[in-house]
This record gives sequence, C-alpha cells and structure tokens, in this order.
Amino acid sequence: MSSFWNIWIWVLTLGSLVGCFLLLRWCLNDHTGVKEGESMGHSFDGIEELNNPLPKWWSTFFLCTIVWAFGYLSLYGLGGWGGLLGWKSSNQGILSLAESKAKTVASLAEGSAFLVQYDREMAQADAKYGPIFAAYAARSIEDLATDEQALKVGQRIFIQNCSQCHGSDAHGTTGFPNLADKDWLYGGSPQAIKESIMNGRKSSGMMAWLGALGGEQGVKEVAAYVISLSGRSVDPELAKAGQGKFALCAGCHGTEGKGNIALGAPNLTDNIWLYGGSKRVIEESIRNGRAGVMPAWKDILGEEKVHLVSAYVYSLSQD
Amino acid sequence: MTTSNTSAVDYNFDVVRQFTVMTVIWGIFGTLVGVLIAAQLIWPALNFDTPWLTYSRLRPLHTNVVIFAFGTSALFATSYYVVQRTCQTRLFGGKLVAFTFWGWQAVIVAAVITLPLGYTSSKEYAEMEWPIDILLAVVWISYAIVFFGTLVKRKVSHIYVANWFFGAFILVIMVLHIGNSMAIPISAMKSYSIYSGAIDAMMQWWYGHNAVGFLLTAGFLGMMYYFVPKQAERPVYSYRLSIVHFWALISLYIWAGPHHLHYTALPDWVQTVGMTMSIVLFLPSWGGMINGIMTLSGAWHKLRTDPILRFLIVSLSFYGMSTFEGPMMAIKSVNALSHYTDWTIGHVHSGALGWVAMISIGAMYHLIPILFNQGRMYSIRMINVHFWLHTSGVILYIVAMWISGVMQGLMWRAVNTDGTLTYSFVESLTASYPFYFIRFIGGVLVVSGFILMGYNMLKTIYAKDGSLQPVEET
Repeated sequence: MSSFWNIWIWVLTLGSLVGCFLLLRWCLNDHTGVKEGESMGHSFDGIEELNNPLPKWWSTFFLCTIVWAFGYLSLYGLGGWGGLLGWKSSNQGILSLAESKAKTVASLAEGSAFLVQYDREMAQADAKYGPIFAAYAARSIEDLATDEQALKVGQRIFIQNCSQCHGSDAHGTTGFPNLADKDWLYGGSPQAIKESIMNGRKSSGMMAWLGALGGEQGVKEVAAYVISLSGRSVDPELAKAGQGKFALCAGCHGTEGKGNIALGAPNLTDNIWLYGGSKRVIEESIRNGRAGVMPAWKDILGEEKVHLVSAYVYSLSQD
Repeated sequence: MTTSNTSAVDYNFDVVRQFTVMTVIWGIFGTLVGVLIAAQLIWPALNFDTPWLTYSRLRPLHTNVVIFAFGTSALFATSYYVVQRTCQTRLFGGKLVAFTFWGWQAVIVAAVITLPLGYTSSKEYAEMEWPIDILLAVVWISYAIVFFGTLVKRKVSHIYVANWFFGAFILVIMVLHIGNSMAIPISAMKSYSIYSGAIDAMMQWWYGHNAVGFLLTAGFLGMMYYFVPKQAERPVYSYRLSIVHFWALISLYIWAGPHHLHYTALPDWVQTVGMTMSIVLFLPSWGGMINGIMTLSGAWHKLRTDPILRFLIVSLSFYGMSTFEGPMMAIKSVNALSHYTDWTIGHVHSGALGWVAMISIGAMYHLIPILFNQGRMYSIRMINVHFWLHTSGVILYIVAMWISGVMQGLMWRAVNTDGTLTYSFVESLTASYPFYFIRFIGGVLVVSGFILMGYNMLKTIYAKDGSLQPVEET
C-alpha cells in the first residue's frame, strides 16, 4: 500500500476516535442553555426532550473504551505499521504453499517466527505431537495395520481429511472409490496406497469415445459388451458388435477388460463400478469419458501422518 | 404534554397504510420460510427433492424477505409517518411517493421469484441479481428524495432525533447497496462482482455489517425515538445523550465490517481496526437503549396494562443484549470460538427477532388504529398473547443457538493427546440436532404470533369506522 493510503487510514481511524472523544467531552458539559432535567423547549408531534446529563457510568465506560482503543492499536498496528508487538496472524503477501513454507523457514532463521501466530502454534504442535508420529513412521505399514492404537489415530486423521470424499466408513461414493474392498485402481499394496496418498493420482482420464466409435450405435455396442464382461445378460448381437470395437479399449483396460493398475484403468469384469453400473451410466462413461483426481497430501499432512493413514486404509481390506 | 393539532396538515397516510399492511404480511411470510428451513435442518426430506425448495435457495429467500420485505417495509411505513408528524408537513415528492411503495414491492416480488429459481449473486444479504439491484437502487434514491425533501419543507425549526437516524439509515444504505452491488452483467440474470478476492470479501462485509448497523440498528432506533415516547406519553430522557450516541454510532459502525473476516486473508491491521471499532461501538449502541428505557421513568406502571409498550421496552432489552454480545464476539479470541457456529445465528436472531421485530410489532400496533380511524386494536388480549408467544419463541430460539453454538465451537477445537481432532464435523452436527428442534419450536411460536397479529389487523381494518374505542385506564 502506498504511503498516501496509509496516511488516509491513519487520519480516518484516529480522527473517528478523537472525534468521539471530543464529542463526549463537549456533551459532558451543559451547553444547551436549559436547566438540567428540564425540557429543551421544542415539541415534535407532542414529544419533548429533557436536558438530562449523560449517565456517569456510561460516559466513563465510553471514555475507557476510547483510551483502550489507542492502546490496542499501538500494540497491534494500523495501516502499514505492524504495531509495538510486531504480531502477525500468519505470513502475509503469500501466493502459494511453497512461498508460505519458504517464508516460515526464512523468519525462523531470523529468529522472528514467534511473532507469527500461525507459525508459532504449528511449531508448538510439532514439538508436542511430532515424536508420536515419528515413532509410528519408524514402523512398517503392515505392522501398524495390526496395532489398534495406531489405527485409531490413523482413523481420526482419515475422518478429518479423507471422509469428505471417501465417506466416514471409507466405503466411497459415486466417483470416489470404496477403500474397504479388495478392488484397487492403483494397487492395494502398502507402498501403492502410500504413494496414492502422498502424491495423489491424476488418471490420464477415460477418453470420450463417441466420435471414435462412430456415434451412438458404437457406444451402445461397446456398453453391451462391457456389461457382459461381469456376467450380466445383454443383447448378444450388440455385445458381439461391441467386442469387435473393444480393441480400442484394450490399450488401457486390457484385452480381457481386467484393467491396469499402472494406468489406474478399472477392472471391468468384477461388477464394481466407480461411476455406477447401470446401462445408462456405462454408456455415459463411454460417450463422454471420465476424469477423477486424488489430491496429493504430502504437503498438507506430511509424510509421517500419511504413513499412518496408509496403515489405516490398508487395514480396511485385510481380513 | 402538548397534543399537536394534526387536522391542520393534510398528511399522506395512504402510503403509510400500504407499507403497514405489507409489513405484517411479509412478517408472516418471512418467518414461515424461516420455520420451514429450520425444519429442513432436522428433516432434510422437507425439500421434497425439488431444487427450488432446497435450503440453499430458501435461506437467502428467508433473509431477504425478513430484512427487506418485513423490516424495510416497517421502516418505510414508520419513517414516512414520523417524518410527516414531526415536521408537520405532507410528504414531499408527489407521485414519487407511490412509486417507492410499488417499486419496493416489485423488488421483493422479484426476489421471491428469482431466489428460489437459483438466480443469485451469491453475496450474503445482497443475493439479488443485477436487474433487481438496479431497480432497488432507483427506488432507494426516490426514497431519499421523498424523505429529505420532506425534511427540507418542514414547518418546525428543529429536526427531531428520530429523523436523524432515519436520514443516516437511508443515506448509508444507498451508498452500501450501490457500492457492494457493482457488477458486470454477462447475461440477463447473471453478473460478476467487479471486486475480487479479499477486496470482494471486505466490500461484502462492509456492506453486510452496515446493513445490520444502519438498516437494522439506526433505522429502528429512529422508530424507537418516536414510538417509545409516544406510547409511554413521556418526554425523551436526554437530548444530549441522543447527540453523543447518534454521532458516535454512525461514525464507528461503518468500521466494524472486518470483524466478520477475522483470521482470513484480510490484512491483520484491517482485522485489528474492525475489532477495535466494534468494541468502542458498544457504549454508543447502549446510549439508545438507555435513552429509550429511561424515557419510561415515571411510567413503569403502564407496562402492567399496555402490551404495546411491553413490546417496545422488551425490544430495547434485546437490543441491549445483542449490542453487548456483538462487540464481545468481535474480539478475535472470542471470535475464534464463535465464528462459523450457531452462536452467530443466535446473535443475529436476538437482534432480528428480539430487537427489530419487537420494536416493529409495537410500532405497528400503535399505528394501525390511527391509520384506520380506530381508537385501539380490535383485541388488546390478542396483542398480549402475541407478546408472550413472541417473547417465549425468541428466548427458546436464542438459548438453543447459544448452547449449540458454544458446543460446536468447543467440539471443533477439542484435540486428543496425539493432536488429532477429537470430533469429526458430522459428530458436532449430530450433537446439534436437539437444539435445532428447540429452535424450530421457537420459530413456530413466533410465526403463530405473527398470524395472530395478521388476524387482529384485519379485524381492526374491517371494523366499522370509530367503533373500537380506547380502553379507559381505571
């Protein structure tokens, strides 16, 4: 902010407070020319006004708040000036997470991190809780998956961060995978799960096939074939035609439609459907394609907590 | 007390009558929608799987109707009445006066249609889309012309304190509405704000909080300054107090907006100024309450027999309560607990149902007999029943929201020994259900009171001219 606007703010803010103070002082004395307690002498539709003094407790209290205001503003700052305490709620002028982290490191180096409330509270929390998570992180995911206490902590982190999409019971919903079954888009090994959470997953996407399949008829045929893969009955003529065109799909989903965890291409033969398994929805998936994103959590939770959540998620599909 | 000779001036009471009747009708409608959405929070199926009955669309409808249809109609009615009576002159503006009535109703009807259809600018309390915003601005400027024109041609030397407050309310709301609603239209019913990011948020809450400050506080203080002394038949307690608290209130309120944005991307010093001014504002706010309640000195016994006065005085108690609560919630560390919880909803309703609605209801009960040539309302008993329905409804409402709000705030910040949060959001929601039910019951009581008021009003309007005689005090 330019110094003009800072001065503008200073003048308006302090002017308002000083104005209130002067007004109060002026009205504490009687300038009306009317005896106290008597009518001001004007009547509005029969309403008169008395010249009573301001209640003493009220004017004293008002005065105190004005004095307090000057004190508070000097401690916490105003319009471009940081105040005597130099307090900040968080690092300001930040445009990205990376910048924020850099600024925190920089201010730590300057020894001033404790003026930034967010940094201070985070540092305190890290000091207090860090060892707990460090201890868990030193153990393998398989090991943690059998430790009831570890799973409890992992579940809490899951509930607060993951349940919004995957559900409180981790059973997922349309577009968001069920994590409690044995069907994995990107693999269900501890390492694969941790990798999914750490760095997120952005599928290359299910393409829109309407054009390549030569229009609606092609979509219908391929959908019929796909439905037949999980053993459901379909119009055999359509499915046969679809099977011919499935070569286009095999690149990702495999010739048998069993999917490919390297690409995140779903298995089409198990009757588990991420976006729904009705004929209408499957046709829609083929016609317009699908794209799902799992965000990366390594910068939000940090590796130690991701490790623990991975153990919780892994435990859900272990019998 | 001198009684003024009103027969000498040909007042324009037509527009006052129109706004008065609409105040009651919109009061019933607005609170009914409120009760419906309160019920939806307990029984979500009540949206009947229709998009236009979902909570997200009806909630802005509720707020717009109670603030702009009910509250503002009451302000139109009383400001037009008070400015004429205290200036001893007919409203200025000729046909412009009728335009403000029909124009304002058109704004409301447009909101009632477009909000459930999903047209929204998504700015809280300013959801109406740009064509309606423009109409609103035109009507509001006309209102200012009528009001200030009447002040200019007044027949008395001084301007009564009620008119200071009405004047400040009209001017500032004009500036706020036009400032905050600046947008670039991209189609007939969609526009985007010209502000972005933190500036947009700051503009929005500069508007939002001063809609509270100048519409719901200053405007209704204007109402209070006429109807309380009139109904109590007592002089206003302190002229000097009214000067200090008026100027202090309007100069400080305009700064308070940033307390809605504590711990956000707003610069720290802006939050600091918002909190500071909100706290200094506490005493000037109470100045109005003191002046109103002390006006009753020597007339306290009237509360025993006059339910209208009871409405007016209890409204001032709620006013005092919420203007204490507001500055307290503006303190950063208190706000860290209260923000985003039901405590805020409770605070708003202690102001809206306690202060705004009760002072308006009292003023309407005072006005209706005068406007329709009667000595009193059709039934004083019904006013009394309305008073108790409304008061108990409001108390149930705000106490339920206080408990659930503080509970939510505490649940959200509770941590386990490992630093993870103790409760998920859903758990805090489940814990709130009993209080949502109490709130719903409170709302039902308030609506019942409003319906009773509507009936009482109709019976008064349709009674034979002059057939309802005032009850003599024994």
